[in-house]
Amino acid sequence: MVGVVTKMTKSVMRSKKTIYLYLVILAIAIAYTINSVSTVAVAASSITFGLPLAMAAMVGIMCERTGVVNIGIEGTLLTSSFFGFFVAALSQNLIWGLIAAIASGAATGLLLALLTVSWKMDQIIAGTIVNILATGLTSFFYKQGYSLPAIFPRWSIPGLAEIPFLGRVLFQSGPITYFGLIFILVLYFAIYHTPWGLRTRAIGEHPSSADTSGISVLRIKYTNVVIAGAFGGLTGAYLTLELVGSFDRGFSAGKGFTALAIMIFGRWNPIGALLAAVFFGFAQALANQLMIDGLVNIPGPFINMLPYVLTIVVLAFSAGKVRGPAAAGQPYEREKA
Amino acid sequence: MRFIRAWITPLIALFIAFAIGAILMITQGSDPVKAYQSLFTTAFSTQEGLAKTFGKATPLAISGLAVVIGLRAGLFNIGAQGQLISGALAAAWAGYAITGLPMIAHVPLCLLIGGFFGSIVGYIAGALKAYRGIHEVITTIMLNSIVLQLAEYLSNGPLKEEGSIIARTPEVLDTAKIGSVAGLPIGFFLSGLLALGVWWIFKKTTTGFRFETVGKNKNAAWYAGIAVKRNTVFAMVACGALAGFGGAVETLGVVGKFEPAFNQGLGFDGITIALLARANPLAVIPGAILFGGMRGAGPTMQFSAGVSPEIIDLILAIVLFFVTAPIISRILKLKNDTTTQVTSGWGSN
Repeated sequence: MVGVVTKMTKSVMRSKKTIYLYLVILAIAIAYTINSVSTVAVAASSITFGLPLAMAAMVGIMCERTGVVNIGIEGTLLTSSFFGFFVAALSQNLIWGLIAAIASGAATGLLLALLTVSWKMDQIIAGTIVNILATGLTSFFYKQGYSLPAIFPRWSIPGLAEIPFLGRVLFQSGPITYFGLIFILVLYFAIYHTPWGLRTRAIGEHPSSADTSGISVLRIKYTNVVIAGAFGGLTGAYLTLELVGSFDRGFSAGKGFTALAIMIFGRWNPIGALLAAVFFGFAQALANQLMIDGLVNIPGPFINMLPYVLTIVVLAFSAGKVRGPAAAGQPYEREKA
Repeated sequence: MRFIRAWITPLIALFIAFAIGAILMITQGSDPVKAYQSLFTTAFSTQEGLAKTFGKATPLAISGLAVVIGLRAGLFNIGAQGQLISGALAAAWAGYAITGLPMIAHVPLCLLIGGFFGSIVGYIAGALKAYRGIHEVITTIMLNSIVLQLAEYLSNGPLKEEGSIIARTPEVLDTAKIGSVAGLPIGFFLSGLLALGVWWIFKKTTTGFRFETVGKNKNAAWYAGIAVKRNTVFAMVACGALAGFGGAVETLGVVGKFEPAFNQGLGFDGITIALLARANPLAVIPGAILFGGMRGAGPTMQFSAGVSPEIIDLILAIVLFFVTAPIISRILKLKNDTTTQVTSGWGSN
């Protein structure tokens, strides 16, 4: 474990990325000396806006690494924030809401796995079904006039929370934020350094070879898609129980699709996707802060469309150059002997 | 036999969806018989209801056709919504801003402008797909949101009706309005003609043949000398133009102006209709009439049986599920008749 970490650090140090890292730190330092309040606010909002996108992108990564294209992330987010909110509101207990969100997210994953892995349906249409079913269910059962008892409180981590800048940005967050960030790091480690990760990647690249070498292709596909759905459920719980504290029709507002763009931008790599998501969050946070400080006057609709425009621009520049898992999108069928 | 086979899955899917809808109504303490009765009598037997049904069916049919063209060409056009909105807004602008034209010129001009703006939105998605390999589902969804925000900005800013409280454009001039014949909106007959046109294109022309070859097998199409990328762009432009045209018909024939809230969800119903029709342009029309009736008369169920109109959303979602998922064909032991295969990678063609 320690060896792996030092090896990772060394490879980071050697790469061109180090220069970018220094540039980012330098830019933050300059901004911080000019206007510390706004800089901290923008950095903190970058994490707040970026985290749900990063977490949702993990859903996509886990699915695509096993060869399942998941267009249904949007539906997973919508369903889980719906159940998270209403179970928490009806039971007046956030923990029940959290459990309901995760369970309903896993259920959408199970549905997707059933449609794509067992029934070998077209994966794009299957994901669209998840989305449209989620929209129908949540808008029919939606009732006005419910509210949460509270939202998840922020936990200041003793010691770390007092660090200037970083403490306010990272270490005064809610529980799901911490868990989400840790999960992303663990997922990165798991994909590249564990047997599970090797099997998963093998299935995503060449399922028949994986099958020949004795990997249970269908079982791992099912497990990954369902776990990914559960994590998508946690993302929904983050949105409603930790960030916003309410629910409305069409609550997820396209985040599931933006997450797919972030997955591609981050090259199907959890850390890459996290950085991409923080970049998206930063763009939105910066626009908001410029508005608040009265430096620019952009009409609201243009602020709202920023993440969507960014998604298309980013994809236009990165999609042609990167390559996803080779077998993503294809149903796996064993050759008949 | 082939005829029965083509229709049996959609019919069973509709039946199951209505049955599940009925069960849901019972669990909510409402009377499903009463609800469905009021839904269908309002939609299909009153003069006023019929006008509303066919008014709603018109843009649904056209956006359904826009999705059908995409499906035939191997593209899953989720963007009918955005293409339709841009067409609706452009037609509304042309309808009130261009003055002094006789009706015979004004109406076609507005329709063309609507179609043109829809085709721009389609072109963006098509070009990104063909030349950058970005899946059209992502781009069209993003474009839906972008167009909606733009439309909200325009109808609440530069194009806003003077003195209006809500965001909407001024009413289009009388010379730009599409009327009705015998209580049925003329726009509906237009959509019928369009369905015939799309059917003819796929049945009789090389353009349609090229689209279908690209849709079925890109490599084979390339090998046969078909310009795959250009046809992909062209198909998306056609989808966009058609949907934009549909939006224009909606503006000129039903709404009379552009209001952001009015066209919500039309494009998504178009997807369900196209898949229910198994990508057959002629079958889109009955599907659109059924959906138009349900959408138009949905709110009456609230009065008569206390059922919230969102039940229609859920019923349509269930229809989509049973039409596309191979459950019914498995149970009936039909040959696995999946309509379409539209998956392709993110970064490849």
